[in-house]
Formats: sequence, structure tokens, C-alpha cells
Amino acid sequence: MNAMHPRRCTRTIARSIAWALLAGAPVAASIAAQGEGSNEVARGEYLVRIGDCEYCHTEPNGKPFAGGRAIATPFGVIYTANITPDPTTGIGQWTVQDFYTALHTGIRRGGGHLYPAFPYPWFTKVSRDDVEAIKAYLDTVAPVQQSNKPNKLPWPMSWRGSLFGWNLLFFDEGDYKDDATQSAQWNRGAYLVQGLAHCGACHTPVNWLGGTKHSNAFQGGVAGLHWAAPGLGSNIRDGVGGWSVAEIVEYLKTGANAKSASAGPMTDVVMNSTQYLSDTDLNAIALYLKNRPHGAHKTPPKTQDLGSAALARGQALFTDNCTACHNPDGRGVPKVFPPLTGSAAIQADNPGTVIHVVLAGSKMAAPASLPTGLSMPGFGWKLDDREIADVVNYARHAWGNRAPLVDADTVAAVRKDIEPSDRPSRDGTLTAHPDAPVNRGNP
Amino acid sequence: MANPPKPVDVVLVGFGWTGSILAEQLTQTGLQVLALERGKFRDTVPDFATTQIQDELRYAVRDGLFQDTARDTLTFRNSMDQTALPMRHLGSFLPGVGVGGAGIHWNGQLWRFLPEDFVIRSHTEQRYGRSFIPADMTIQDWGISYAELEPHYDTFDYLCGISGTAGNIEGQIQPGGNPFEGPRQRGYPLPPLKRSYPTVLFDKAAKEIGFKPFPCPAANTSAAYKNPLGVQMGPCTYCGYCEWFGCGNYSKASPQTTILPVLLKRKNFSLRTHCDVTRINLDSTGKRATGVTYVDAQGRQVEQPASLVICCAWAQHNALLLLHSKIGQPYDPKTNTGVVGRNYAYQITSAVDVFFDEIMNPFMGAGALGQAIDEFNGDNFDHAPFGFIGGGYIALWTTGGRPILQHQLPADAPKWGAGWKKAMADNYLKSASIATHGSVMSYRDSYLDLDPTYRDIYGDPLLRLTFDFHPNEIKMSSFLTDKAALIAQAMKPRSFHAIPRVGHYSIVPYQTTHNTGGCAMGANPKTSVVNKYLQSWDVSNVFVMGTSVFPQNAGYNPTGTVAALAYWSADAIKNRYLKSPGPLVQA
Repeated sequence: MNAMHPRRCTRTIARSIAWALLAGAPVAASIAAQGEGSNEVARGEYLVRIGDCEYCHTEPNGKPFAGGRAIATPFGVIYTANITPDPTTGIGQWTVQDFYTALHTGIRRGGGHLYPAFPYPWFTKVSRDDVEAIKAYLDTVAPVQQSNKPNKLPWPMSWRGSLFGWNLLFFDEGDYKDDATQSAQWNRGAYLVQGLAHCGACHTPVNWLGGTKHSNAFQGGVAGLHWAAPGLGSNIRDGVGGWSVAEIVEYLKTGANAKSASAGPMTDVVMNSTQYLSDTDLNAIALYLKNRPHGAHKTPPKTQDLGSAALARGQALFTDNCTACHNPDGRGVPKVFPPLTGSAAIQADNPGTVIHVVLAGSKMAAPASLPTGLSMPGFGWKLDDREIADVVNYARHAWGNRAPLVDADTVAAVRKDIEPSDRPSRDGTLTAHPDAPVNRGNP
Repeated sequence: MANPPKPVDVVLVGFGWTGSILAEQLTQTGLQVLALERGKFRDTVPDFATTQIQDELRYAVRDGLFQDTARDTLTFRNSMDQTALPMRHLGSFLPGVGVGGAGIHWNGQLWRFLPEDFVIRSHTEQRYGRSFIPADMTIQDWGISYAELEPHYDTFDYLCGISGTAGNIEGQIQPGGNPFEGPRQRGYPLPPLKRSYPTVLFDKAAKEIGFKPFPCPAANTSAAYKNPLGVQMGPCTYCGYCEWFGCGNYSKASPQTTILPVLLKRKNFSLRTHCDVTRINLDSTGKRATGVTYVDAQGRQVEQPASLVICCAWAQHNALLLLHSKIGQPYDPKTNTGVVGRNYAYQITSAVDVFFDEIMNPFMGAGALGQAIDEFNGDNFDHAPFGFIGGGYIALWTTGGRPILQHQLPADAPKWGAGWKKAMADNYLKSASIATHGSVMSYRDSYLDLDPTYRDIYGDPLLRLTFDFHPNEIKMSSFLTDKAALIAQAMKPRSFHAIPRVGHYSIVPYQTTHNTGGCAMGANPKTSVVNKYLQSWDVSNVFVMGTSVFPQNAGYNPTGTVAALAYWSADAIKNRYLKSPGPLVQA
């Protein structure tokens, strides 16, 4: 860790305040950020945790920040870039201004457009000062020589110039602006949620071109193939309206609270990002989410009749397969086996997560503060599409739950996309049939 | 030989309960700890997932989780005048393999030994006279007291979330618990499991006779529980698939459900699976271990340097490793010299099957769901009139109603055909079984050594087991069986019959996996392999864990005492050995 020379430290503080005053950037955000430590590299490391940069910019079992992870989008696969300081294959030649331009405007060094799979529409809100700290930290990361993989996008998306139009339609460039009617803590939460933490990248709906529907901010979105991201608004059924500030903080810190447990991508977010946030910042985020101005309310789903035959089939399957952990009343065991009753994840309009988890299982986050990493097994090999539809419909309609119905075809479509493995896996993805060849060579 | 890997501070041979306990304890100090496990990595999901674990055929009948005798076995004979033959099929005992070891497939029956158990020889001589002990019975004091172990029993109770009712807290007898147990510092962390109907009937009947029944202490959690390491367990669902199965609900204590989530995150801990340790290597003086040799998954022989070697393998496998490594003098029963392999013991069990007209709901069960009486264990009663040493508990366990193996039939039921099928249908829901669980003493002719003929896949001699039940044990077991029959009768059943243990010990039918001895602990190097801290007398940087160190076996399941000794030894290593490596006890 580089020790800051006192004069440089003072210059940085002075400069950031000057920037703040000149650019009208939120003083609250900058000074609150300064409070994390006078060492810019350490501050940058903390900000990189908030931004969850390492997860996307590191491929599975790859070198940190060297890129290469495949990001599945509805348009094709985009591979993340090498952001180590390697001068030829990484961003070692980028100046701080280059780096700021990329985050703030979506334009990379050399002038080309970045794809919004890199969430610059959110990072645009990050203050100059914070961006500089992030760059200072990235400069200390071990350089890795690894060329960026070519994306797999069809034309015209493969032509980066196409993003010029996309940005015109869907990208609002600009810094975060304080809401003077709200507290410094609220603004800090807003600054993080709308900016670096880029929660809306998953939790806000997007249109068919992948543009964020800001009018439906935080009313639920998609976090990857067949991972529904629940709403974060005040809605009780599909939001955090029923969660206290403390419960939100607990969830982000540990991956679980009495009402829910993380699954899929959110487990990764907890493990790589939110478990490292300070209590101050977590509380700010929670406060903001609980006190956002109400946007347009989502229309609740049409009441659909499950039918008594389907209900009976679903209940029988649920009794046999699910009650050992989730209990016949769907309440589970608080902080151990998550409740299904009243769960936003279970009742999401998009049934992707529920079907995905039933097919392939799920593992809770396992931070040091909640280390167990309890897992749910996959049922994909054991239940067919019709059975999974029945049991999912039951869970989404029992105990006062309400959600659109699914059918066997929906399940089949998800199953097709989640490639089954014929080896018992270690991470809770599809469990092989017990008579499948056993992986004796697993070290 | 492959390039030797980097030296570590501690190498653990085997990664079951004792390996996990030692690893967790010693990584606290910042030491580099490496565990070598011959089997594969296993975890609750997917290996014991509720989607597939309740498969009696795969796991209980076809030995899904146990040692594969084609890869590793021993030879067996009852007595020295016989030729030992390889055990080609598991039966009497079921060693585990893979991370978690037998800690995955045990029932979870969790006991402490009695204070007198640890001083059995001196206590028996004092109370009954020296001649009360048969000449060929080689029982000996452990060299450690219950009081020294008590804090470590407590540690394990709270690690596992044991469900029970204490009987003796700091000398005060507690109602509803075991009035004979040694004093404990505090109660159990969880209340007892919910009762099953047969245990309610047993409780009532035992009380009518004048006994003091109590709920058996269970390593099946009666509620969701977070242990002192921060590891979370779920509540037991009474699914009836405990013994011989892994738990998919995180509610049976095992290394996976109590220790590994925390241990595996520690940067100074590493684990290599599919590694068969074949030798502890010694320096030229033969008094210091330099590490171990193992064969890895690719069949390569690897030398792993280490400053401290801890044997955490299954029971008799520790003795086998010492014999192959030429650590300690091998026991010779003919000359009664040597120590390694000496004092092998086991458990002697019997049953009384009981048949009712009411429905018993046998399929609702848990591995340690039972009601017991302890009047006839240890020296809890006057042995003078009976002429035997030892005893055991009598318990009605309801561990499940699995269709293939868990059923009782009246003695007069047909043994096959349509009549048998009818008897099965008539009795499945309406029967229970009372078990006796008796001690086995050590004898001069019960021992382990190297087989002269049969070799393993590496060319090393197989372990040879010479063991039989002696008149003392048969007599004692018969005594317990009679007492169990009294209780059965008081339950006012439709019928009951006793199934006593008679004749020679047979390695064929399953009895218990409570093999003990071979590396006895003690105060005297002439009759023990390890000292009271489980440190080898011969090689001071080798420690031995597990039931291997029991000088004889008591009338209780051994896991609690195994774990307490592991914590006791870890404490000595952390606070005494590491500060001043060398013998902790002067011979």
C-alpha cells in the first residue's frame, strides 16, 4: 500500500473540494468518501468493492481483473476487458482522464464506444474524486498480459458505432446531484445505489433494446439468464416495503435475513461486494431504498386461478420435496432455510429465478460473518417440466402468495438454457442423477 | 518420486472428525496445516442432498458411503490358532472414506464415558480385589481423568448442538437426565429431540420397574442451531435416514455441518484428497518424524515434509500406519511384549424385539432418538454377585423404519414366502426393539498385527485382526439382555423375544463401528503407545487420535470421548508442545 505524501494528500483534498464547488458535484458524497481513509489506494480498493469490479473483470479461475468473463446479454456474449495495469493488453497506458471518460461517458481510450454491459450509464454518476481513487487502486493490481477476447455479437450490435444512437436514446450522462431536501445519509445512499453500486443495472426493467426504463426505477429486472432481480421499491409483495432498514443491511452484509436469502448472482454480489461495505454505507443504501420518491407503481399481476387439480398436484409435490426445509407453511427456518411465504423472489413476475433454483439448486452467500453457505439441491434430474411447473405454481400461490402462472413449456425453456452437467458439481448447480458416472477424480 | 511439495508445519493423516478438530484448533495459531484424505471431497449438497440420500439400497445395502474392501481391507480370525482371511465384504463394522469420514454416516449417539471408566483397573482392584480381574484381561487405567476431559466434552457438546437433558450439573443431580453420568459444567445446548411413541412406552415401563430412564443425548439438532464457530445447523426433520447416510438437512453433526465452513476459508489450511498415506517417515535416529509419504490420485508417490505428524485415520488404521512405519515396538501376544496393536476391543450388543397391537410410526426417527437407562453401565452397580466386569446402557432407539433392513418379526414368523410377507405387513408398523450396548475389555489375545500372507495394493501387509468375545463379555451381555427383557415385559406388548449375543464373534452381521485400541494411551510406556496427551512415546512429533488410543472400550458409543481427547491433545499441542517441542511426559 503506498503511503501518501502529506503534501500530495492535502493537494488531493483541496483539489476534490475545488472540483466539487466548480462542478456542483455533491460535497456530501466526496467528503463522506474521504472519511473512508486518507490513503487513496485503500479508498480506491474499497470503492472497487462497492462497484463489484473484480467479479465481472475476472473470469472463473482467472487472474484478478484480467477480464475474460463472458457476460450473457440478450444480444449475444460480451467478454469483459483486462483492467490490470498491463501496458499492452490492459489499461496500463490509460491516464486518469481516459479512465474517467470511460466511466463517465462510455467512451474508451482511443474513442471507441463501450457496450453498456459495462454499466457506464450508472457509473456516470461516480464523482471524479472517487474515479481517481479507483484508478489509483487499479494501478497497484498485478499486471496480467491477457488479450481481450472478441465479443460474440451479431451485426449491427457488433459495430460499436451503433452505440452512438443507443446512447442518444437511453444514456443520461452526468454526475450525481444532491437532493437538498434529503439528509446527507440519504444522498450518500442514493449516490451509491444510482452510481457505483449500479443496483439498477439488474433491479430496474430494461426495454427490448436493453435501455433502462427509468420511469420504473428499481421495480425489478433481470440479472442474467433466468435470474429475476426483484424490485427494490416500497412495494410489499415485490419490493423491500416489508423489510426494515436493519434487515436490508443484514441481507447485504451476510446474504440472508429472516425474510430471504441470496441466490445466484446476488450471492456473488454479497460475496464480492456488499459484505465488505461499511455499516455506514450499508445503512445509507438501506435508508435510500426505503425512502425513495415513489415512481409509477407496477400494475399487480392479474389474478389467475390455479385450479384445484393443479393445486393438489403442486401441494403433493411440495410436501414430498420441499417441506423438509421450507416447512408445510412455507415459512422455512428464519436465517437458515429462507421463507417462501411473502417472498419477493418467489412472487416475481419473471419466474426465471424460481425455476432456475428448482432445476439447479442454489447456494447461499458464505461471508465470514455467516460462513455456512447453506445449499439447496437441484431437482432438475428428479422432476420433469410438468412437475416443476406444478410445484412452482403451488409455491407462488399458497399462503397468500400471488404471481403469474407458469407452464411446462416455460420450465422446458429454462432447462434448455441451463446446460446440465453429468458430473456431481461442487457449487450447487444441476445435481446429477445418482446413477450417473461419479466423478471420482475430483480433487 | 515426484518433486517434494513445500514443507508444512502440521500434516494430518485422514480428514474425519479428529482431523477436522485438530485442523481447526491448530490453524488458530497460524500454523500451516495440511490434511491428507484417502477419499474424495464431500459436502451436504450434492453428496447428501435430500433429493437422493434416502436411498436405502444404495447406501445401507450397497455401502454407498463406506470403505471399499476391494481397495482396502483387513484379515480376520477369532483366535491365534486360526489362519486369518481377508474380509472381502463389510459387515460387523463400516469404516468411512472421504472428507468427514465416519462422522458423516454415524447415528449421532453422543455419550461421555463415566469417571470410573478412566481408572477401571485401579477402581476394580480397589472395590472387588485384584483376583476379580481375569489373568488374561489386560485392562489398564487411561492415564487421564474424567475431570481433565470434562471441558473438552463440553466443547464438543456445544460444537455439535447436542440435544439432551443433563443429569448431573456440577454434582447436582438433575431430574429427567442420566443420574449416573459424570458431573458436567452446564446443560446441553439444545433440548432433547421430540419423543417417539415407543420411547414413551419404554420410559413408562422402565419407571414402573424402578429405573431412571432419560432421553439419549443426540447429535441430531432438535432446533436450528448456530455453534460457537458461527456455523449454522438446521432442525432435524426425523426422516429416519441417519445411520449409514449423510444428512441433507444440516441437522446431524459432522465435520461438514460444524467445522468445515469456517476451516476451509482459513488461508493456512489446505486439503488434498485421494491421497493414501503409506508411511510416516523418520530421520536417521528413528526418533523424529520428517513427514509422510503418500500416493496421490495419479498413483505417484509423494514425500510431504512436516514438523508435526498427527494420525487421524480410522481406528485401527492408525495402528497399521505405525506398524508399517516402524514406530513403536509391535505387540507380540506370545511373549506379551511390545505395544503397537495391543488391547484391541470392540462393543458387545444384543436386542429384545417387542411387538404391539398399536401403531408405532417407525418411519419417524432420528439416529439418536431414544430413551435409555444407565443403571447397568460401568460400575454403576455392584458386580460382586455376578462375577463379570463392565456393563452397558439399555436403550430403545427409534432411528427409522427403513423397508429393507429395519424391521422386526416375532420369533415364530415364517422365514420366507407368503407367510413371511404377511408377517412383515402385519408387524412393520407395530414393533420396536430394545438394544443393549455393552463394554468390551482388553485381552492378551485380542490384538492387531501385520498379516503374514495378504498384502494391499501398494504391496504392504494387510492389518490382521485377532478378536473374539470372552466369557466376561458374554456373561455381562446376557445380564443386560435379561434386564432389557424385564423392561420389554413391563411395556405390556403383544409379544417379545430376546436376541442375545451368543457364541463366537462373527465379523459378518453388522454390530457397531466401535473398534478401539491398537495405540493405547497410558502412563506407562511398557503398556501404552502414546502418553496422556496422545503423543507417541517413541517419536515425539507424532500424535495419534481416535479410538485407537482407548486401552479398552466402555459401555458407550465412543465419539464423544474421541472428540474430547482430540480437543485435550490439541490444547496440549498449542499450549505446551509448540512452545517446547519434545516429549511432554518423561517416561
